[in-house]
Amino acid sequence: MTTTLPVATTASPRAAAPLKHRSAVRDVVTMTRRETRRSLRSVDGLITAFALPVLIMIVFVVIFGGAISGSTDGDYIDYVVPGVLVMCLGMNSASAAIGVSQDMTTGTIDRFKTLPIFGPSALWGHVIASVVRNLASAVVVVLAAVALGFRPDAGIAGWLGFLGLAVLAVLTFTWISATLGLVMSVEAAQSVTMIFLFLPYLSSGFVPVETMPTWLHGFSENQPFTPVIESVRGLLMDTPDAGTLLAACAWLAGFLAASILAGSVTYRRRTAR
Amino acid sequence: MNDPLIEVRGLHKSYGRHPVLRGVDLDVRRGEIFALLGPNGAGKTTCVNILTTLVRPDGGTAAIAGADVVRQPGAVRRSIALTGQYASVDEFQTGEENLVMMADLAHLPRRAVRRRAAELLERFDLADAARRRVSTYSGGMRRRLDLAISLVADPEVLVLDEPTTGLDPASRTQLWEVVRSLAADGTTILLTTQYLEEADQLADTIAVLADGRIAARGTASELKALVDDDRVRVTFDDTDGLTTARERSFAGIAGLTEAESDDKQLTLTLPTSTPVHTIREILARAERDGLDIAAVSVVKPTLDDVFLALTHRPASPATSDRDRQEARR
Repeated sequence: MTTTLPVATTASPRAAAPLKHRSAVRDVVTMTRRETRRSLRSVDGLITAFALPVLIMIVFVVIFGGAISGSTDGDYIDYVVPGVLVMCLGMNSASAAIGVSQDMTTGTIDRFKTLPIFGPSALWGHVIASVVRNLASAVVVVLAAVALGFRPDAGIAGWLGFLGLAVLAVLTFTWISATLGLVMSVEAAQSVTMIFLFLPYLSSGFVPVETMPTWLHGFSENQPFTPVIESVRGLLMDTPDAGTLLAACAWLAGFLAASILAGSVTYRRRTAR
Repeated sequence: MNDPLIEVRGLHKSYGRHPVLRGVDLDVRRGEIFALLGPNGAGKTTCVNILTTLVRPDGGTAAIAGADVVRQPGAVRRSIALTGQYASVDEFQTGEENLVMMADLAHLPRRAVRRRAAELLERFDLADAARRRVSTYSGGMRRRLDLAISLVADPEVLVLDEPTTGLDPASRTQLWEVVRSLAADGTTILLTTQYLEEADQLADTIAVLADGRIAARGTASELKALVDDDRVRVTFDDTDGLTTARERSFAGIAGLTEAESDDKQLTLTLPTSTPVHTIREILARAERDGLDIAAVSVVKPTLDDVFLALTHRPASPATSDRDRQEARR
C-alpha cells in the first residue's frame, strides 16, 4: 500500500545535476551583497562595528588604564590594544547570529533552500561580509589606538601576519555565530555577543593572568582567547612566539572546521520556526 | 492534462512519536488551483515542506513534474517556487533590490535581471514603491512583493502556504485576483488554507486534510454535496424560550435529537430534508404554546459543515501550524 523510500541513496542527488562553479560563486556574491547591505543599513550594526570598539578602548586606556598599570606612563595601551582588537572582532562577528536567526524566523532561509542554488551560500554570504566589515572596523580601531598613543613595533611581515590571523579569527567567530543563529531565537542570538565580550576578559588580553585569582589560572591560561590575543600582541609588538602562534591557529582552525561542518548540516536539516 | 503534475502517494511523516502525516495521496493537474484545506495542526505545512524539498518524508513518494522530491531535489527546485506563511522579504532592501537578488539567485542572464525585476514590479503594482525599503511597505504590499519574488524564475508550480493569513479583507481579495490571473496564465498553484471561503473562492479542486489524512477531495460543490441536509435555524428572544422549545414545545419534531443548541446566539438548528414541513411544524407548536420566536431561517450547507463533519472539530484561527511546531521543539 505504501512504498517506503530508501533512507539514504548511494549517489548524492545533486551530483546528478550539473553544479556549475560559476553559479556557486555568483550565489555567494549575491548573498554577500545582501549581508553587506544589511550591515550598512542597520544603525545597531554600524555602532557595534565602529563606535563600540573605540569606546571600549577609550574606557580601558583612558579610564581604567591608570589604575590597571599602576602608572600613567602609557605602556598599558600597548598591552591592551591587542585584547580590544580581538574582542571587537568577536563582537562584530557575533551579529551574524542575529542575522541568521532572523532569516530562520521569517522563512527566508526556507525560501533560499527551495531554490536551485549552491546550498549554504546564505551562510557564506554572512561570513564573507563579516570579514570585510571586521577588517574595516579593525582599521578604525588601530587608527584610534594610534591616536591615543599606541605605538606598534611591527614591520610589514608583522602586519601581514596580523592580517592573516585576523581573517582566520573572523572566519571562525562568524561561522560559530552563524551556526548558533540557526538554532537560536532572535532574542537568544543577541546574547552570542556576550560570549565574545566576556571570554576575552578571562584571558591575558586585559590584565596578566598572574594577577587573577589562582582558581582562574587554569582556565585563563588554556582558553583559546589567550593564545589568540598573545599572538596578536606578539605580531604587533614584533615579539612573535612560534608556539603561541601555532596554538592560536590550531584553536581557530579546529573551531572553524567544526562549525562549518555543524553549520552546513544544521542548515540542511532545520526548517523555519 | 492526463498525467498529474504533482503526484503524492502514501506520504508519512512523524516528529518524534507524534505522527503528522499518515498516508497522504494527492494528484494535482497541470494548470489547476489546488487547495489543501485543513484545521491547524492537520499537517498542511509539513506537506508543503516535503513537496518543496525542505523536509524528507519518512515514507511514501512525492514527485513534481516527474522529479522525485527526495532523489531529484535539484530538478524539483527548478520547477517550483514557495511563498511561505510570512512574507519572506528583506526589510532592509528595497523592493527592487529584493527582486534583483532573487533574479540573481535564479541565475537569470545578467542582462535580463533588471528587466525581469521591472516587469514584475509593474505587474504587481509596486513600480512606485520600487526604490523604497520594504520596511515602509504595508502588509498587502509585502505579500505582493513576496509573490513577485516567487515568480522571478517563472516556476511551473507555485506553492502558497496560507497566503492570506494576517491580511485585511481588501488585500485578501486583491491577492485572490492575482492568484487567479497566475492560474489563467498557466501556472499550477498548490495553496494551503484554513479559510473555507478561500478554498471555495479560488480552488478547482479541494482536498481536506484532517489528522494527517485526506478526509475528502473534490470540487467545492462536490464537497458540499457530502452534507446533503438543509437545516432550519430558529432564533429566540431569550434563554427561557430556547429551553422551553428544546425541552417541551418542539418534542417529537424530526431532527430535534440532532439539533444544535447555541445558548449565546439563542438559536436552535435542526437538520432536515424537508425544511418547509419543519418550519410549518415549528410555527404551529410555537402558536400552540404561546412561545415567542424572533426569526426562522433555512441554512444551506456550507463548506464549514463539510469541514465540521469531516474533522469533528471547529476551525479556529487561534493557533497556527507554526505554533504547533514551536511547541514540539
